[in-house]
Amino acid sequence: MSEITLRVNGETHTVDVDPSTPLLYVLRNDLGLRGPRFGCGLSQCGTCTVLMNGTAVRSCSRPVSRAQGTEITTLEGLAADGELHPVQQAWIDEQVPQCGYCQNGQILTAKALLDDNPNPDDDEIREGMNRVLCRCMTYYRIQAAVKRAAVAMADGDADR
Amino acid sequence: MSAGRNGEQRLPAERQLPAEVDRALAPWHGTSSRRDFLRTSGLFVLGFTGFGAAGLHRGATADNPGEPPLYPDPDYLQLDSWLVVHEDGTATFYVGKTDGGQGTGTATRQIMCDELDIAYDMSTLVMGRTDKTVDQGGSGGSDAIERDAMVSRRVAAEGRRVLLEMASEHLGVPVGELDVREGVISVRDDPSRSATYGELVGGRRFDIALTGNSVNATTGVASVKPVQDLRLVGQSIPRYDIPGKVDGSLEWAIDVQLPGMVHARNVRPPFVGATLVGIDESSVRDLPGFIRVVNRGNYVAVVCEREEQAIEAADRLAVQWEPPAAAPFPASDDLFDYMRSATPVAAPGGGRPPPSPVGDPEAALAGAATVVEAAYDVPFQGHTAIGPAHALADPSDGQMTIYTNDMKPYSHRTGIAEFLDMPPDRVRVIWMDGPQLYGRTAADDAGFEAAYLAKELGRPVRVQWARYEETAWDTKGPAFAFDLRGGLDAGGNLVALDYRARIANYAHVGYNQPRTVLIAQLMGLRPERPSSGGGRGPDDMYHIPNRREETRAIRFAQAFETPLRTGNLRDPNGPQTTFAGESFIDELAAAGGADPVAFRLELLRGSTDDDAAHRRARSIAVVEAAAAAYGWDPRPSPKAVDAGQDLAGRILTGRGIAYAYRARTTVATIAEVEVDPETGRVWVRRMVCGHDCGLVINPDGLESTVQGNLLHGISRTLYEEVRFDAEKVTSVDWRTHPTLTHTDTPEHMEVVIVNGDPNPDRPDLLPYGAGEPSHRTVPAAIANAIYDATGVRMRRLPLRPERVLAELERATRLDQDPASLIGSLRDKVKINGDIMSTGSRWDAVG
Repeated sequence: MSEITLRVNGETHTVDVDPSTPLLYVLRNDLGLRGPRFGCGLSQCGTCTVLMNGTAVRSCSRPVSRAQGTEITTLEGLAADGELHPVQQAWIDEQVPQCGYCQNGQILTAKALLDDNPNPDDDEIREGMNRVLCRCMTYYRIQAAVKRAAVAMADGDADR
Repeated sequence: MSAGRNGEQRLPAERQLPAEVDRALAPWHGTSSRRDFLRTSGLFVLGFTGFGAAGLHRGATADNPGEPPLYPDPDYLQLDSWLVVHEDGTATFYVGKTDGGQGTGTATRQIMCDELDIAYDMSTLVMGRTDKTVDQGGSGGSDAIERDAMVSRRVAAEGRRVLLEMASEHLGVPVGELDVREGVISVRDDPSRSATYGELVGGRRFDIALTGNSVNATTGVASVKPVQDLRLVGQSIPRYDIPGKVDGSLEWAIDVQLPGMVHARNVRPPFVGATLVGIDESSVRDLPGFIRVVNRGNYVAVVCEREEQAIEAADRLAVQWEPPAAAPFPASDDLFDYMRSATPVAAPGGGRPPPSPVGDPEAALAGAATVVEAAYDVPFQGHTAIGPAHALADPSDGQMTIYTNDMKPYSHRTGIAEFLDMPPDRVRVIWMDGPQLYGRTAADDAGFEAAYLAKELGRPVRVQWARYEETAWDTKGPAFAFDLRGGLDAGGNLVALDYRARIANYAHVGYNQPRTVLIAQLMGLRPERPSSGGGRGPDDMYHIPNRREETRAIRFAQAFETPLRTGNLRDPNGPQTTFAGESFIDELAAAGGADPVAFRLELLRGSTDDDAAHRRARSIAVVEAAAAAYGWDPRPSPKAVDAGQDLAGRILTGRGIAYAYRARTTVATIAEVEVDPETGRVWVRRMVCGHDCGLVINPDGLESTVQGNLLHGISRTLYEEVRFDAEKVTSVDWRTHPTLTHTDTPEHMEVVIVNGDPNPDRPDLLPYGAGEPSHRTVPAAIANAIYDATGVRMRRLPLRPERVLAELERATRLDQDPASLIGSLRDKVKINGDIMSTGSRWDAVG
């Protein structure tokens, strides 16, 4: 066990864990966060996704020691000042989730995708989202929501 | 019992949920707990515990704190068990169902608000808690709206009736002279005189008895409203569960943490049928956080303080196993040969008996102008939930509380009580959201395991399955081998159909049965005999003068402790049987040179007899609606392809249709595919689904559910197969049991909601089950579309690129005469399906 300091959703936390512990279990079991969820432990499905310095990474396979010194954002940290992020709002507007278990990974991957490419075409959305799996198969609505969010984010930028 | 304020009878102090869980559930369920309820109403109201239940009078009371608490069954014959109206006029509904994300909770609220006459946002709904909601069995069979919401509807109508009587007395005006609008009852001739629902009954009991000899028959004396008077029904009200799933605020079953909770992982036999010889506990004893190895029979689990510690300990635990004397089952490569050559189990399957033969199929086949024969194969397919099984059990104070996403919490409760030899009224199951239901959590192993371990350790235990465990050991959809024969007369009319199926369904797991869940089997518990392995033929309304069907179960050497145990997988058996049935109808149409839509419509119109649900008329309606929406161009399949033309670099396109009904819902689905003849990749570019499920409560929820069923159907058609050698299942993750991904999603999906009732405006139009019926049409629609595009029949699922390529290459090597092609492809292609050729896209990140 050793002391690990993490920055999560703008707050600093210190935990005493084995440094090889996957980040996922520290976020869930020590910090009580619910967004990232266990899906495979193999980096195959994306259910455990968090943003690390803005990049979508899979917390099930990332040792907590390698998360130190980064800014981690989970689903809970996406809203700002009580306002949902446009991606989250698009998810509600398109009524995307069914069971919803994977949607953490879908939403955060979409957020990273749009930060990287604010105006993706259909193929870029499919490719960009492709490694995040959904067994309720909400893909069709996810893709519509990404498009809707891209428009909302562009409008938001134009308003500024 | 003692008297409380206002003379209300007081009940024993109810066992509260832990404060953290309670707070998390409160915004979700509205007034989810007794404490919240008290805060809202200011009164001690007993409605949601079913105060009529005799069990309340036994055992623990607040005056006898030494007794363990009890969880009596809410009484379905009391209105108060279903419906509580608060002083502020809001209402809480209690239903014994679970919502897997298909929006059944929202739809149930809509219809209950409509009948009760309150605004939608004045209601909340509590689902699937065995101590608070009546036993409606939980979820399954797409019947939440068709059956259970109709009970809720009648109960809500009764609530409105009773409130009107209360208002009549209160206002001194006959009921017939009162109006109701959004929870306010007013005198028609003098609207200034009125009373709100909250004033009339808020915080108090209705104390109204209902009737019905089963929960599904529960009713009051009120009539439900005519469809034309329903205002919320038919609206696409946004689902109430979505915001919490999008902002991270919803607490799921996987999230619950209790003080003193510990973490467990299972250790499974490395090969099927293995017997445990010994455990070397010294292999893990010194690991940090190690608590205990628990073992009984072949069940082994490791318990540690922290989750990652349990994972490591399970990985490191040294266990010695002895292999079985004989192979438990054939390898998946040999599955269909085995199924066709095995002796079927003696007893015919469970469920309803096969229909008696119609006419004389053998004579009709002998006299047919054209006889077509074809064999189809569908492998085992897994549920492969996106989140592996998990549950938390709290054994404190001699009771047991299980936090789970089990879709059938009531059988989970009784099953666990029997498994642990505990009285059922000391066990309760709290359903919370989790990864997909789809039949997997009708036999939720993790809850049984958590409860067993919690009882052993005397501490709350959380069990989490690993990915390999879920994919290899979850319940499977059964494999089928089909052999069909059909005869056409000289005019191309279908005169005979002979359908024979074999189903690998002998190790079927029931609903949370304490002797068939995996932990029980591994401990050596057994039911009297294995499942009898039910199954029946495809559901259609075709008029075929000579017809017979037969489905027989086959068994493997290993009927218990096997990862090839079968369970209800979304639309159980429907996709398999409809794949065979509707592919074969397509083959017959092609053999007769008929357009696939026209051929089906002719079979549907071959008789004018119809049933009470108008399934014939509604079948015709969905086929016509799908064809019209698609813009179907009548012509036979396949598309004309020039002989000997070079296909290099070309993408072939085609369209196919499949039709079926399920229970009282009719569906026709058209798939448009692109086939790349160089890689074998199939992309379903467009899907159109004509869908008639009668009365629609929430059109957007219906569309979402059907979309999910269609896409899941594409996944099962193109990718999903459980692979195994003669020792173990080798499909253990998303590489080895692949699923549909974003890049496979169609460009366009249209769900055409049809109401093909001969009297579409009738006031008693009912909703029928939706979702699963559409799922079954997908495999045949895709295979028929591939035939249309390529002229090659795909008779074995899944249609991964390797198999499609192999079939296309085989066809080009064979005589191009389509008639000789038919039947030549059966069961000869062996695909090494463990790794998809597109495996690179699964590369790890992070």
